[in-house]
Amino acid sequence: MSGTAISDTLVLAKRNFLRIARAPDLLLAFTVQPIMFVLLFAYVFGGAISTSGHSYINFLIPGILVQTMAFGGFVTAMGIAEDLRKGLVDRFRSLPMSRSAVLAGRTLSDIVTNGISITVMLVVGVIIGFGFESPFLHIVAGILLLLLFGYAFSWVFAFIGLTSSSPEAAQSLGFIVIFPLTFVSSAFVPPETMPAALQWFAEWNPFSITVNAIRALFIGDPAGNTVWGAVLWSVGIAAVFGVLAVTRYKRAVVR
Amino acid sequence: MAKSYGDVRALDGVDLAAPTGTVLGLLGPNGAGKTTAVRILTTLLPADGGRARVAGLDVASEAPELRRRIGLAGQYAAVDENLTGFENLQMVGQLYHLPKGEPKARATELLERFDLEEAGGRLVRTYSGGMRRRLDLAAALVARPPVLFLDEPTTGLDPRSRIGLWETIEGRVAEGTTVLLTTQYLDEADRLADRISVIDHGRVIAEGSSDELKDQVGGEALEVTLESAGDAEAAIAALREVCSAPPELDGVVLRVPVAERKGTIAAAVQRLNDAGVGIDDISMRRPTLDDVFLKLTGHAAEEDEEGGEG
Repeated sequence: MSGTAISDTLVLAKRNFLRIARAPDLLLAFTVQPIMFVLLFAYVFGGAISTSGHSYINFLIPGILVQTMAFGGFVTAMGIAEDLRKGLVDRFRSLPMSRSAVLAGRTLSDIVTNGISITVMLVVGVIIGFGFESPFLHIVAGILLLLLFGYAFSWVFAFIGLTSSSPEAAQSLGFIVIFPLTFVSSAFVPPETMPAALQWFAEWNPFSITVNAIRALFIGDPAGNTVWGAVLWSVGIAAVFGVLAVTRYKRAVVR
Repeated sequence: MAKSYGDVRALDGVDLAAPTGTVLGLLGPNGAGKTTAVRILTTLLPADGGRARVAGLDVASEAPELRRRIGLAGQYAAVDENLTGFENLQMVGQLYHLPKGEPKARATELLERFDLEEAGGRLVRTYSGGMRRRLDLAAALVARPPVLFLDEPTTGLDPRSRIGLWETIEGRVAEGTTVLLTTQYLDEADRLADRISVIDHGRVIAEGSSDELKDQVGGEALEVTLESAGDAEAAIAALREVCSAPPELDGVVLRVPVAERKGTIAAAVQRLNDAGVGIDDISMRRPTLDDVFLKLTGHAAEEDEEGGEG
């Protein structure tokens, strides 16, 4: 990235922060919603799901963190769809600014809001009994992996936002794409309990691979290649959707 | 310029030219291709045929350089609702890469000039429609661009805000800015544009100054509203000597093209009185751009526009 691309990205990331600070309902999405999910799964489903070797809360927290990261980009999808509808994308594209800065600014501010979500969820998790079972550096690596995974999905959502006809459409399209991926994975239940076809999907699902990597880094599950596998998935998703989204942005048309 | 979307030819070979420091009005109904033309000229959309130069720069091959020299104010007020007016202008200044300190200074200056000083610290979502349009126009002027594109700048504005915006645009032009203005309001083109290109179905169907266009549909006419439609024949006979072309009758309104304005009304009143024709109203009428449009296209300019004016 050139110097102007970086400064343009920061200008737009700052714009997104200001917006979030002024729309408290958005802030709820990053804080209250993850807490709600932790409590629902821990207390409603927790008793019915048996996990070997770990308490359900220790099994759950890595899964729900990954799910929250995947959904963190929703704000990006809706924000971009809204910018398109209101003509702001036209204005940005008529300015002598970097072509990638609008999307990079969005995804960059997602990293910060995702960081807020991780913090909130870990605090709530610890309060209701979650405990790390691994060295400090592994925990740090796990948090970085979560942020990387969230960043990759921000690009997926950026692409969804650019291809949807409205913020509402972006929201439901995002939901339809992401929701099955998160549930047909090892995030909430051990995949062994699923029918064979789903089990096969759950094992190869990048969500499962990332959840397994986070479990390895947070609660010391055997990791094998899952950590590097998860990193590769995230980098790959970010690269593919980054190119798709920027290409789409250059040709974006107001609807 | 040419541009197609599938089978639809949005622009079917449009030629436009605006000398520096003048306003070119692009006049046409919804869907005529006005916005497509603006989008091509502001580098937002590639044309699929033809070439265009803005401020001496090719819109396709020199787009990055061109973007420094243009300002765009669109049909939708493209400002961020969750930022203040000041923050919006400052952000645009930063994205134009103005020197350090300049974005702030320009924002303050423009808020003052657009009468938004007090509102500058408020979030834009609290602004009225007129205030948003002013802010949008201010954003287009942040980098003092020599060429300004205004895509239907007053659509949906109340009459007072329209006049305010017109005055602002006239001010920019007086300072040497070249403006391309699209509008579906004939009075707006009439007031602001030095030259007007009338476009319909992606083609320029007429071009000239407002007066030249009006001359194309004929000169002045005398409009006589009769008390009774039954008197029409008597009225036409009485006015035979003042008309320069056959009169047209529409209900009780008789439209009589005349060659000379001076003394026509007095002469017409006298003749009609002598013939015993009752007159409800009589006036001289210069053709409006509405007449031009109707004559050129066979349909009115704003037929698919609710609450149209002009």
